[in-house]
Amino acid sequence: MSQVRVLAGTRKGAFILTSDGKRNHWEVSGPHFAGWEIYHVKGSPVDPNRLYASQSSGWFGQVIQTSNDGGLTWAPAGNQFTYKGVPGTHQWYDGTPHPWEFKRVWHLEPSLTDPETVYAGVEDAALFRSADGGKNWEELEGLRQHGTGPRWQPGAGGMCLHTILLDPTNPDRIYIAISAAGAFRTDDAGLTWKPINKGLVSNFIPEPTAEVGHCVHHVALHPTRPQVLFMQKHWDVMRSDDAGDNWREVSGNLPTDFGFAIDVHAHEPETLYVVPIKSDSEHFPPEGKLRVYRSRTGGNEWEPLTRGLPQQDCYVNVLRDAMAVDRLDECGIYFGTTGGQVYASPDAGDSWTPIVRDLPAVLSVEVQTLP
Amino acid sequence: MTGPGAPIQDEAARRPQVRVLLPYHLRTLAQVQGEFEIEVAAPVTVRSILDALEALYPMLRGTIRDQVTLERRPFLRFFACEEDLSHDSPDAPLPEAVATGKEPLLILGAIAGG
Repeated sequence: MSQVRVLAGTRKGAFILTSDGKRNHWEVSGPHFAGWEIYHVKGSPVDPNRLYASQSSGWFGQVIQTSNDGGLTWAPAGNQFTYKGVPGTHQWYDGTPHPWEFKRVWHLEPSLTDPETVYAGVEDAALFRSADGGKNWEELEGLRQHGTGPRWQPGAGGMCLHTILLDPTNPDRIYIAISAAGAFRTDDAGLTWKPINKGLVSNFIPEPTAEVGHCVHHVALHPTRPQVLFMQKHWDVMRSDDAGDNWREVSGNLPTDFGFAIDVHAHEPETLYVVPIKSDSEHFPPEGKLRVYRSRTGGNEWEPLTRGLPQQDCYVNVLRDAMAVDRLDECGIYFGTTGGQVYASPDAGDSWTPIVRDLPAVLSVEVQTLP
Repeated sequence: MTGPGAPIQDEAARRPQVRVLLPYHLRTLAQVQGEFEIEVAAPVTVRSILDALEALYPMLRGTIRDQVTLERRPFLRFFACEEDLSHDSPDAPLPEAVATGKEPLLILGAIAGG
């Protein structure tokens, strides 16, 4: 029978939750790396027991951990992330030039074909790659050295490269997103990049339709249709049908089009999930009701999913990397909150159960579907 | 003293054993218990201790000082003999008591944060 393994990164450690395919009973292991911020944990699609974890601390900096046994044991890997050449400057919050400074790894994306190859999205925004299981890291500097780099600016959480999407049909194509620069695409395996932000409108920046400067919160795709992208922007849920060349808004009837997380059903490429969040200053669910919204039409028409979710006095947030789906026949949806709950739905969102309730604030959730 | 091994033994004997205490999270990362001793090439300085420490425990690289600039991470401090040595040159000789193992070098994390 299939198994599901949920990898949760939190403010104070990593937790691994496992269940059989019924997804009724969950075992929790952790905290791994207790006391450290774990921005992200993700497994290799080629070798599911190979896990990569980003472990960081304001005191001690960045550590990368790897596991070869599905998280039972871990070993530190390489943690030297050095920008290539003279890093130069990006914009600071007040618009003044600010030197590029490495702070942490936000997202680790293992290769679709090689367990030893993994990409890291870092703050200040850049993309690194390791081809030796995380021992050595090399920047794909064509992104940071894109001519628009000096105009990139940090979002409230820092200038982070938080989304990395590998195209399963084209090994040379990678999408990334940066808060607050926007989305970018390479078609030559990371050598050169182009901004893909046409159609995004951000009324809070001086030029609302600028080539860069948009606060993209997260981007998702379905692996069978990787040219179709779905984006949760600072405001607006967006869709592109041409690999990001053009975007159109699909926020439709959402109660608020602000949010962080977005994901796609494992078997239905037109079924999307978002968690609307009240903004700009509050960042909790509208009316204190935690609701996932599902669209079965690729956007625009959304239905609230509430069964099993708190519908009063709920003031948590769901961060950008904290939603994921499994690949079982009946697709499971998962998300973590800043209140420490990880919710799971074994029926594509119709009903929800907290599979763990009192973790530290959840920063990221990934799911592995195991044979 | 004669014999082919003698000079090496003499060299080893002369190499100071320095006591080091790491903050909790770095002890966990390096999988060491409490205070421990390491051999350090003379002269005993913050730099020579960190060089020896990182050679013995590579997972500590980057966690105490930047891997490129070798600057101390801002939320860490170096103490010995009840003195804050954090702002001294990393090449300044440490007190004799540290070099002879009578007193430890304390690497401390700031009491800050949540």
